[in-house]
Amino acid sequence: MGAALLQLRAELEARFEAPLDFRKRPEASLLPTGIEAIDRLTSGGFPRGTLSEICGADSSGRTALSIALLGQATRAGEFCAWIDAAGAFDPASAAEAGTVLERLLWVDCRGNAEHALKSLDLLLQAGGFGLLVLDLADTPEREARRIPLASWFRLRHAAERTGAALVVLEKNINARSCSAIQLEMRQKSPVWSGKLLKGLDARAESRKHYQVRTAEFWAER
Amino acid sequence: MFASLHGPGNLAILVECARGFSPHIEQLPPDTVVFDVRGLGSLFGPPESLAEEIGRRVGVPASIAIAPNPDAAVHAARGFRGTTIVLPGREAAILAPLPVNLLAGSPETAELLHLWGVRTFGDFAKLPPLGVAARLGDEGMELQRLACGLGYRNLREMVDPLEFEAQLELEYPVELLEPLAFILARLLNDVCGRLAGRALATNEIRLRLDLEQGPAHETMLRLPVPMLDQRAFLRMLQLDLNGRPPAAPVVQVHIAANPVKPRRTQHGLFTPSSPEPEKLELTVARVRHLVGQNNVGTPEIRDTHRPDAFDMRVFAPNAATTAVLERPSNTLPNDGPPRLSLRRFRPPRPIQLLLVNQKPTRILGAIMSGRVVMAKGPWRTSGDWWRNGSDPATASWNRDEWDVALESGGLYRLYVDVDSGRWFAEGSYD
Repeated sequence: MGAALLQLRAELEARFEAPLDFRKRPEASLLPTGIEAIDRLTSGGFPRGTLSEICGADSSGRTALSIALLGQATRAGEFCAWIDAAGAFDPASAAEAGTVLERLLWVDCRGNAEHALKSLDLLLQAGGFGLLVLDLADTPEREARRIPLASWFRLRHAAERTGAALVVLEKNINARSCSAIQLEMRQKSPVWSGKLLKGLDARAESRKHYQVRTAEFWAER
Repeated sequence: MFASLHGPGNLAILVECARGFSPHIEQLPPDTVVFDVRGLGSLFGPPESLAEEIGRRVGVPASIAIAPNPDAAVHAARGFRGTTIVLPGREAAILAPLPVNLLAGSPETAELLHLWGVRTFGDFAKLPPLGVAARLGDEGMELQRLACGLGYRNLREMVDPLEFEAQLELEYPVELLEPLAFILARLLNDVCGRLAGRALATNEIRLRLDLEQGPAHETMLRLPVPMLDQRAFLRMLQLDLNGRPPAAPVVQVHIAANPVKPRRTQHGLFTPSSPEPEKLELTVARVRHLVGQNNVGTPEIRDTHRPDAFDMRVFAPNAATTAVLERPSNTLPNDGPPRLSLRRFRPPRPIQLLLVNQKPTRILGAIMSGRVVMAKGPWRTSGDWWRNGSDPATASWNRDEWDVALESGGLYRLYVDVDSGRWFAEGSYD
């Protein structure tokens, strides 16, 4: 059967010039996080021109991962935007994690997720940003689920057009099939030292592979 | 060749007409202008056609003269009605019938000429030059040269004041923003046109709306880069007025722009792309309109130990690139292990705690609650003890911080205000 198909294909290719293969998408360039285990898990980093999701419960290390990505991107000269639905972004933490704050546009939506989505849409259309992070981590789950799939598709297409890496930070996966990377974060264990919280062992699970693949990293306080 | 226009009481109109032909204009108040028309032959043809075109455009009664030098053109315009063309070599002959008082010499010289019976340019031109020099000195020689229609001088060009303003008094008060937008568009068109005419852009636009009642409504657009996009300005002003509409109907609109040199950038082939400043400014204005004036920008951490102390600056990609390049390399952030971030509650949430041996054991709060499985602290921080006031951004602070882990797995930073004894949740570690 296979040989017959191959023969048929060869005959058709001889008659018509157009190849019968699917059109291949160009390889997306990647934004590395600088965390070796995560970069290995994501085959080099978060892809540009598409949507990626990082989800997890409180204190699971999802913000640490996003800020690491932000730090890498700003240090590489990219202009980035952090669209913060809840207004929870801490500039001091970002600066400590190596973010060049001059290259960051922070939009504080004061708890309004709808404004966050509209702002993201406007900034994506403006173009020129290398990374846009939509922070819905403190948005109630019920509200986040209300975002229609069509909106995620539109955002993904806008990211594709402008070549920006769009990362959504949330409690649970919402964009479903629209996202190229889905990482679910879990807290492994906090580490204490004397009178201080020293850091956190975090674990990331990729949800976009047939076999679950995981990575672990240490986030220092 | 030079053209001169003479029309009593219409100097401003004459200057405006002259601007249509040449940028090199000299005003001779109260009623004459002279301007350079060299090179216009290829556009308008012979001097007669040019004079006809000037006469068509001027729109008010004025005498027109075209001559090889500015003074001959001025004298001809002032002395003859209608249009006068003074061709090269024919200056003395054409100007000869003009009265000698047009030469504007000193009163003593004018009196002497009158006593000598010299009445016209022609009479003065016929006098022997050596005799004129002996009796009237340098002034006499210069006046005789002018009477002959000779000599050449550079124009003393008028310099426009660099004011880019437009104003419109409305016939009836405007209440709605939509009709006001048409007026703004018209005035912006005027101001931007003038800026473009001088190859300038602007970094600041000031709008003043005089209202039917009460003080004027004023607003200012500060642009991080010089721009000259009339549509973007209009949209930004509309967004500003939508967010903060005038308190009463508008009776007068005044727009002023600060002129600056336009932006010139050289993009690198291998540098990451940055948002286009003109487009970004409009986008940021839209986002600002959506989320609030002070909630969009680049955070700049203040040089203090006060928790959560930062200023929101205007996001300016060009300035950012320059600032980063100018920073000493040792102040730039380096690669390091990923850092645990704090997700702040703004403002800090008041919570209730159950304390055992002065250590938190259970939290009761709207944002989180549960049994505390680990609590580390206290870490005391304080500062600005010399300041008074209730504004949390500037008042003194004195508090003990605790890091706690709840049964649910959440890691939080809590603090107790030492002065009031009240507990707050500052944020969660994530």
